[in-house]
Amino acid sequence: MSSGGLAQRSLAQVKLRELPEWLTCRTPSHPREVVEMVQGGWQWYYKKYIDVKKGGAGGLGMLLAGYCALSYIWSYPHMKRDRWRKYH
Amino acid sequence: MLSRLVVVSAHGLKSSSPLGAGCYVVSRSLVQASRSLHTSSQSRAPLPPLPEKGGQVRHGIFPEEIFQLLYPKTGVTGPYMLGTGLLMYMLSKEIYVINHETFAAASIGAVIIYGVKKFGPSVAAFADKLNDDKVAKAQEVKDVSLTSLAQAIEDEKKEQWRVEGRAMLFDAKRNNVAMQLETNYRERLHMVTNEVKRRLDYQVALQNLHIQMEKEHMVKWVEKSVIGSITPQQEKESIAKCITDLKALARATQTSATA
Repeated sequence: MSSGGLAQRSLAQVKLRELPEWLTCRTPSHPREVVEMVQGGWQWYYKKYIDVKKGGAGGLGMLLAGYCALSYIWSYPHMKRDRWRKYH
Repeated sequence: MLSRLVVVSAHGLKSSSPLGAGCYVVSRSLVQASRSLHTSSQSRAPLPPLPEKGGQVRHGIFPEEIFQLLYPKTGVTGPYMLGTGLLMYMLSKEIYVINHETFAAASIGAVIIYGVKKFGPSVAAFADKLNDDKVAKAQEVKDVSLTSLAQAIEDEKKEQWRVEGRAMLFDAKRNNVAMQLETNYRERLHMVTNEVKRRLDYQVALQNLHIQMEKEHMVKWVEKSVIGSITPQQEKESIAKCITDLKALARATQTSATA
């Protein structure tokens, strides 16, 4: 398996045993690459769900759901105090 | 429907879509304004048309791709069973804790879902109408400019046709000028002839005058000499003869009258 060819493939085309190698190929090494990845991800999402003639509730709904999920994950240590049972 | 509202004035140039939620106010522009060549990163090729529908999403938050991914192995109910299992897992292990915020989230979710289901289609139709109006306006501008340009082409062709006729105009003018020149020439010709004739007439009159004066002078001179040559004695004799002739004539007429 050529590592150059591996790095170019998207997630759907990567086999399971190649996954760690693929992840290490694609991790950003420079903050600029992080910014580029984030911007590329946003562009993909925007083009697919929002920048259309007849958009639906999904475009904004998924953003809100993601926001809810992310903020719940970030505030989970605080939420742990509200548990009903100590042992699960 | 919500995103359609949000997007009612979105879709700017290719690389100008903003980052982050809530700032979708980029106006739709169908005419690129800058005039520089290869100086900005934006490409000036015509934009491809917007896709009609976005990616499919089920129940508002789950993209259709998950359902398609699990369909070959688990059929239609696969993702729902997965969801139920995950939910039960998170509830039982209290990864998702039920507290006052759960109730708040449930109420807000119910209101949002009710609002979207009830007012979604009408809001979507309104946003579509706004979009269509904008597109129609831009299209009208384009059509007006197209017709005006076509009209300009027609006018230009007509002007070119007129230019062809200009040669005939110049020919007519040239004919006019030639006629004027001819008239002038003939006038002058007439004038010259008249003047020459006048001068010649004068000379002829002068000669005639000379001849006449000579004649008169000669006649006068002859008369004078004749009268001078008559002596007084001859004059008495001629008078007496005239008297006797007259008496004879009177006697002759008297006799002819009485006879």
